[in-house]
Amino acid sequence: MSTSDILWTLLSLFFIGLAYFAAFSFVAGLLWKFYGYLRTPMPLPHAVTPAPKTEGGAVLRVLGDVTLFSNLFKADKWLWGGAWLFHVALAAVLFRHLRYFTYPVPGLVLYMESVALFFGSLLGAAALFLFWRRLALPRTLYISNIPDYFALALLGVIAGSGLMVNYWLRVNIVDVKGFILGLMTFHPVEVPHHPLFLLHLLAVLILMIYFPFSKLLHAGGLIFSPSRHQPFQVQVRGKRYINPVDRY
Amino acid sequence: MSKFDETPIVKDPAVNGVLRPPKLREHASAEVQCYPSKPKDTSAIDLPTELVPDWKERAIARLGELLEKNQALRVYMDICVRCGACTDKCQFFLGTGDPQNFPVARAELLRKVYRRYFTPAGLFPDLGEAADLDEEMLQKWYTYFYQCSECRRCSVFCPYGIDTAEITIAAREIMASIGVSTKYITEVVAKVYATGNNLGIPPAAWKDNCEFLEEDVQADTGLPIRFPVDEKGAEVLLVPPSADNFANTDTMIGYGKLFHFLGVSWTTSTYCNEGGNFGLFLNFANLKKVNRRILDAARELGVKTIIWGECGHAWRAGIMTPSLNGPMDDFDPPYPYHISQYIVDMLHKGAFEGHIDKSANDQYLVTYHDPCNSARAGYLIEEPREIIRAVCNRFVEMPEGTIREKTFCCGAGNGLLTDEIMPIRMAGGKPRAMAVKHTGANYLATVCAICKAQLPESMHYWQVPVKVGGVIDLLANALKF
Repeated sequence: MSTSDILWTLLSLFFIGLAYFAAFSFVAGLLWKFYGYLRTPMPLPHAVTPAPKTEGGAVLRVLGDVTLFSNLFKADKWLWGGAWLFHVALAAVLFRHLRYFTYPVPGLVLYMESVALFFGSLLGAAALFLFWRRLALPRTLYISNIPDYFALALLGVIAGSGLMVNYWLRVNIVDVKGFILGLMTFHPVEVPHHPLFLLHLLAVLILMIYFPFSKLLHAGGLIFSPSRHQPFQVQVRGKRYINPVDRY
Repeated sequence: MSKFDETPIVKDPAVNGVLRPPKLREHASAEVQCYPSKPKDTSAIDLPTELVPDWKERAIARLGELLEKNQALRVYMDICVRCGACTDKCQFFLGTGDPQNFPVARAELLRKVYRRYFTPAGLFPDLGEAADLDEEMLQKWYTYFYQCSECRRCSVFCPYGIDTAEITIAAREIMASIGVSTKYITEVVAKVYATGNNLGIPPAAWKDNCEFLEEDVQADTGLPIRFPVDEKGAEVLLVPPSADNFANTDTMIGYGKLFHFLGVSWTTSTYCNEGGNFGLFLNFANLKKVNRRILDAARELGVKTIIWGECGHAWRAGIMTPSLNGPMDDFDPPYPYHISQYIVDMLHKGAFEGHIDKSANDQYLVTYHDPCNSARAGYLIEEPREIIRAVCNRFVEMPEGTIREKTFCCGAGNGLLTDEIMPIRMAGGKPRAMAVKHTGANYLATVCAICKAQLPESMHYWQVPVKVGGVIDLLANALKF
């Protein structure tokens, strides 16, 4: 066994261990956080008005927040543009990544191949814009902390390295898919011998571990926001907003 | 009062509905604090009279308790991404330029403490995400959570609907529990328990005022309009802000004329002649207790309906009534019922048909200021406008970005209407003043007693010649018997 073989084996073990840990941290962390939100009561009516008066209307309002960022549109058009494109690109890129996790690959996912470069570049460019905005506006500069830059930089690294292994210093797709399917079927194999891909993978795994314990929780956390998900309750006989906690 | 932005108001872009945020002036309002509470008031309302010795442990424990009992707080502590959408939305930042008055910076004061003691981020305080709850932090809390008027404007623009008001409410709750509160708010709550109203008007004086009003209106109009007090069996209990019987008497006369015209028997109660609820600005226990008085008074007098008068946060607390103090099923719906909703219902029924002379208000070019609490917490947006349109010929709206749910706070809501923080009040009142100036209106109508106390001062300070009054005052002007 050569030294390099031993090194690759050790590296593979590290990544395999980290991948399982990251998957656990991501799923368990999110479930734990969301369960916390779900079981916590809201003592008083809290809808910000004008608000929908029915549950159905409130669901629509939250859907609008999730898909269109409607409040942000009212607040700041540039930020809205940057943030919306960033998230759309992220969704498209994540969707395309299903090709590495499924066998056979669904037709729709393969169809994404024609726009992959576009969305990948858009993701990187939007991350760059958001990073620049944080630094350029005195107001955002004042409120930004290291974790704000860290999250954007991490996503930028992920987008950049992802684009590079796809279009420049190509990684062998068969190796990548073999590695991922191996992880998923609990028969892990050696990592692809490609440093840039490993950087991409490492950044993604760090993101997954970091996600549930950071501000990235805004994804999903949004639907638990009472000022948005509560309808404005019209009080009628026999029906009222009942305070679920006795003592506040 | 010259330390804040004194840009001539006529040139300010805010008047066109476009807000250009001022230059950041760090610590610009760090020195402006409310007077601390006095032991005689805090002891009367079940609060510690001074900073408790183990305040740090107790504050953290109280925060933990609130996180378990308030979904909004728990979610808002986690999901802010500091995108900055709110940073140019708060009137207190726009007026003072102090970046600590960004809604996000204000909320971060509590979030940093939350992260320090309740999340893994607390292990890495050097990243700027977490901070100890120490004396310096407590000072910041006391300063900046009492420079927030809980108006919820930031929430309208936050992509996640994060409501800084809820965070301020939680921080004030925690502070109250360790013996830190303001003189103004605790004094007012103590007065409610002692006299039934925020102003501390004793029952006898309240009755005198009402009799005086009766004579006054009789002399003025020749009509036997009554201002009944403690009349059992009346149909309606009116809970006005007590200022209506003291400073804003035109509004009080408006209620009297309205009920007289409609032939509805009504009364006020000396046990509870206050709709305003300063418990909302202090802590939950007092919010509940002050609110309870309305139901007790109504049941004692045996009225059929409770109507809330023209007061912003009274209405916010009002819509919480059934959640705070049990069902109101023994009263006639709808409940809670706001005077503006009542008037609109009467308008729709045609009760005023042929009795409204709009030209009586022709000397006024009217504009309407949405009180923050009625617009953003109480869904009272169209009703006052409908009344104004029905009784005035000349009505003009302020710029689009400054009305309805995007309305600016008057600058003194939620316990800030106290003279020692006048610089904050005037700075916070600036965006509203500029928008009013833009319209050229000479009558600024609103449905909030706090606004009615603050706006004349802020309009005078920013040199906007305008009369401030209630919506019902206009109705009373136009009403022909």
